Amino acid sequence: MDVTDPRRFFLERFGLSAAALDSVLGTALERRADHAECFFEFRVNQTASLEEGVVKKATRNVSQGVGVRVLAGTRTGYAYSDEVSLERLEIAARTARFIADERSDNPSLPVPSGPRAPHDLYALAEPPIDTPLTDEIALLQRLDAAARAADPAITNVLAGLGIEHRVVLVVNSAGVFVGDVRPLIHLSVTCIAERGTNRQQGTYGGGGRLPFSALTDGRAERFAREAARQALTNLDAIDAPAGTMTVVLGPGWPGILLHEAIGHGLEGDFNRKRLSAFTDRIGTRVASELCTVVDDGTIPLRRGSLNVDDEGTPTSRTILIEKGILRGYLQDRLNASLMGMPLTGNGRRESFAHMPMPRMTNTFMLAGEDAPEDILRSVDRGLYAVSFGGGQVDITSGKFVFSASEAYLIEGGKLGRPVKGATLIGNGPDVLQRISRVGGDLQLDEGIGTCGKDGQSVPVGVGLPTVRIDGLTVGGTQA
Amino acid sequence: MDLRDLAADLVARACAAGARAADALVGESEGLSVAVRLGEVDRLKRARQRRAGLRVIVGDSTAIVSTADLSPPALDALAREACALARATAPDPHAGLPDPADLAREQPDLDLYDAAVEELEPPAAIARAREAEAAALAFAPEVTNSEGAEFGGDGGQVAYASSLGFAGAYSGTHWGLSVSPVASRNGTMQRDSWYTAHRKLDALDAPASVGREAARRAVRRLGARRVPTGEYPVVFDPETAASLLRHLAGAIAGPALYRRVSFLLGKLGEAIASPHVTIEDDPLRPAGSGSRPFDGEGVASRRLAVVDAGVLRSYLLDAYSARRLGLQPTGHAARGFGDAPGAAPTNFFLAPGPHTPDAIIASVDAGLYVTELIGFGVNGVTGDYSRGAAGLWIERGELGYPVEEITIAGNLLAMFRGIVMVGDDLVFRHAIAAPTLKVERMTVAGA
Repeated sequence: MDVTDPRRFFLERFGLSAAALDSVLGTALERRADHAECFFEFRVNQTASLEEGVVKKATRNVSQGVGVRVLAGTRTGYAYSDEVSLERLEIAARTARFIADERSDNPSLPVPSGPRAPHDLYALAEPPIDTPLTDEIALLQRLDAAARAADPAITNVLAGLGIEHRVVLVVNSAGVFVGDVRPLIHLSVTCIAERGTNRQQGTYGGGGRLPFSALTDGRAERFAREAARQALTNLDAIDAPAGTMTVVLGPGWPGILLHEAIGHGLEGDFNRKRLSAFTDRIGTRVASELCTVVDDGTIPLRRGSLNVDDEGTPTSRTILIEKGILRGYLQDRLNASLMGMPLTGNGRRESFAHMPMPRMTNTFMLAGEDAPEDILRSVDRGLYAVSFGGGQVDITSGKFVFSASEAYLIEGGKLGRPVKGATLIGNGPDVLQRISRVGGDLQLDEGIGTCGKDGQSVPVGVGLPTVRIDGLTVGGTQA
Repeated sequence: MDLRDLAADLVARACAAGARAADALVGESEGLSVAVRLGEVDRLKRARQRRAGLRVIVGDSTAIVSTADLSPPALDALAREACALARATAPDPHAGLPDPADLAREQPDLDLYDAAVEELEPPAAIARAREAEAAALAFAPEVTNSEGAEFGGDGGQVAYASSLGFAGAYSGTHWGLSVSPVASRNGTMQRDSWYTAHRKLDALDAPASVGREAARRAVRRLGARRVPTGEYPVVFDPETAASLLRHLAGAIAGPALYRRVSFLLGKLGEAIASPHVTIEDDPLRPAGSGSRPFDGEGVASRRLAVVDAGVLRSYLLDAYSARRLGLQPTGHAARGFGDAPGAAPTNFFLAPGPHTPDAIIASVDAGLYVTELIGFGVNGVTGDYSRGAAGLWIERGELGYPVEEITIAGNLLAMFRGIVMVGDDLVFRHAIAAPTLKVERMTVAGA
């Protein structure tokens, strides 16, 4: 599939012209709107699924459409259609501008913008969507063999390979006319281990804006062995403890802590509306001085990275917390403009059927100075958690959870027995202030994160060095 | 062309392209939603979509494709592409459509459509959302802010056809109103929300009552604290009780069973819950949120006893998982446009018991009344359960102070077996519904 120029791709595909789009934006702006935008999208998603040793199912889904958005003060009008024609665009523009009709304030154009150019973070010579299905099947079968070879107790292997090819184009009344071609691959594997009536699972995976060849260099087999190891470990797990205790998080994916505890609370929309537990706290201490946290959408090939966000703004590296002090929010165009703050390139949306919102990209804590083994040794009794399922946060109260899927007791500074999965719960504005040790071993996750907000899912990344938290509630069953 | 003909036409194109069997799902919908915040219009959204999904079986190999482009050349290309994909996948002797004998012979009118959706315009939608939010803001001086109120309606039609000669279609509407106020006291904020949803506009709760209930829930969370870690009785309100039913439904869905990833594997005929628990699934409930005249493979819908006085009587099965398990399909194939059918409940509910919610609370000396659960700490393979919770502390039989930043943990099988009281307050606010439930003992982790 050859899409080198998204602008020409969409104009030709839908028989439109730049002049016609100008006229649509004119219709949308008519009367008293501040800003108008068209977002075009073409997306192909392909999956192959393995179970019981074979790939019995493949899917391929194609979607396309356009969303027209009009902003007037705090108001947003949005209309979308998966039928793209000039007539449909004009209807959508007239629908979306309805919200400007009854506004009480005057139009203004305080659109913050930078002259920055889009990045070029994932131009792939061989887009993964062009991978022959037979190659995908061969990869999944090698993965299956690697997982089963780990131990005879592995009784089933479920694996899925997803490849996405997404082409977007943003045209707006501020003069933005920018496209992006976004490849994305994702490989996940779940192993079931059984011993007598004890049945456990282990799950692992990864990916990114990568060529298919990035999975065929042994990475798929490594994922399989890791999932098998986790399932086997869980066969020996004892009940998790319950109560407040010292918790050490391993590097990488446990960075989901940052995503839930502070990331969402620093999104511009919640702060403009004064709904976040972090509202009005810029410049104040929200973490221990060991903590510096950034959101960075500019890392090449990462799952959470973007050349431009879904409003056409180039992504950036935003410092959220610097040595414990809250420095910034994540912004989209609407909220940056209303708050008089700079655009950060975090305006994202799931698809043309969704309005953009401030969202994270790759969110991580910078490395500290401690050796990870010293951090473990410093804990007399506690929990060491290395792998997690999902998390969730209540933005307003600040309470967040994330669920460990692989964890161990720490006893006398040493790793003890593995424990069953348990949810960890804490308070966002408070938890990072309890971080007393930060390791030098920053890792980004493997590329598996999907963030949900207001019903919209977008791919994200997280990262963390080993950290020690002095007091987090562990939701096990052993009171 | 009407949607049913379009689906049948797509099946014919697939068979012409080499499929031994095929089925197609075609749908279209239109909707309007508005959000109001602090009295002002915040967002207005109009949606319009059409989609076609096709499953083909070539030999014994399967592939699924979907598109939004419903032009004849695009559908031909889709059919050819599906067959090409299928030729690359491994054959599976269990692949295929349902047994023709199981297909629905009648397609009952379940009263799922409300023509009012065709007349829905922004001013009326905005007025409803405004009224609901205003009632929340006026409820108490502590209600100082709001995430807003949302009102929306959408309507559409879905058609299904297969190479067995089945073709059916039905129309449906969904209406919903939700309000999310924020209350504050002494510099701390609490949010909560309430909603009403139905197939029929006139069946929605009055906007002002939804707003007041949302505000009551937000205000009662103010001053929340933690409780000491320990084992306590836990009372689930109807909303959180329904979440337990969702976990159960996931564990009795056919694909989870033949893949051996369910904690209820091999439990058919066993007591998986206390004798107070009876669970049914009723796809034919008139105007029910989850109702439909036939399932995602054209199999007849019928009411099903799932758990009878604690004993697991049936799984939820689509044709493929039924064949894998050597059982009969139950008419629970659930199908999106872009994936193979799975199995899912329709209107799935735990039958009401004899106790009023007040009597259940009065039975607890010290324990937790749960009103919100967050996080994903549920392991479907083992049933291990650990989630973040918020609610009210029960002291000497009465609801007391609000609690937060705690978890509740246990195992789903033990929790269902530990249900000692079932409320009489079942209301179908959603397709999956439960009354108030009391679980005898769970671990609460807090301070």
